[in-house]
Amino acid sequence: MSQRLINWFKFASPASFYPLAGKMWPWFAALGTALAAAGLWISFFVAPTDFQQGEGYRIIFIHVPASWMSMFIYCVMAFWAAIGITFNTRLSGMMSSALAPTGALFAFLSLWTGALWGKPMWGAWWVWDARLTSELILFFLYIGYIALTAAIDDPRRADKAGAIVALVGVVNVPIIYFSVKWWNTLHQGASVSMTKAPTMATTMLWGMLIMALAFWMYSIAIALYRVRAIILERERHATWVAELPEMQR
Amino acid sequence: MNWGSAGEFFAMGGYGLYVWGSFGVTAAALLIEVVLVRHRLAAVRRGLRRELAADRDTQD
Repeated sequence: MSQRLINWFKFASPASFYPLAGKMWPWFAALGTALAAAGLWISFFVAPTDFQQGEGYRIIFIHVPASWMSMFIYCVMAFWAAIGITFNTRLSGMMSSALAPTGALFAFLSLWTGALWGKPMWGAWWVWDARLTSELILFFLYIGYIALTAAIDDPRRADKAGAIVALVGVVNVPIIYFSVKWWNTLHQGASVSMTKAPTMATTMLWGMLIMALAFWMYSIAIALYRVRAIILERERHATWVAELPEMQR
Repeated sequence: MNWGSAGEFFAMGGYGLYVWGSFGVTAAALLIEVVLVRHRLAAVRRGLRRELAADRDTQD
């Protein structure tokens, strides 16, 4: 048991995670690209025209995956925040900061594609409905996290403050998810449910799931890449950084 | 296959603006993020290499 703990904490050190992240990100990037190619092919050439929404429904292939990622990334940030507060590991805060911009981007894309889908189908770019409003709050939580951590000079204190935002804000995620059940809303119900058989055409469902996987792989790749930059920025005076092969000339 | 011609593909049954506005902005946003993050890592490395070189010069 203790042996295993020691092994895990080895990778919690920035010095050993930096090269590991460098080895891992290209694999996730390649996987993400391949999945995106397959997902886009299904989105436009395999999935049939919707009988109600015509071709307009094709926005679903990025709208739903982007919304899922915006919620999931926030949960991962909260997970790292909890680890950081519990074990006081430096890497946790760096992981949270590496994930925040990507999460904010997906929250923005969720709102953006939602507006472009809402206009032709509902006749409005935006309505103050529970689903849309709680997703907007998620976007503001990401922006708040980024602004707060950027405003505090000492990175360790910034991590602590950010971790509180991440942990308090995570209650919003189930609110977004269940908003379509709890409140009367214009937004349609959950596209995929764990308890019911899927109601959409299988090719549509597959396209959406593959696009979601592509976004997932993309997020892992970009977060690993960004965390390397953050590690170097924060550990600039460490001996191991000076000894890195890319620092030699 | 859903499309008879390239024109039909781009028109998206009249929803062209909304569909391409969604896919286009998503693609652009992800590309910009990749460019920015590559720039960020390259900038840290460049700065660190310069600092280390300066340290070596003062030691010599």
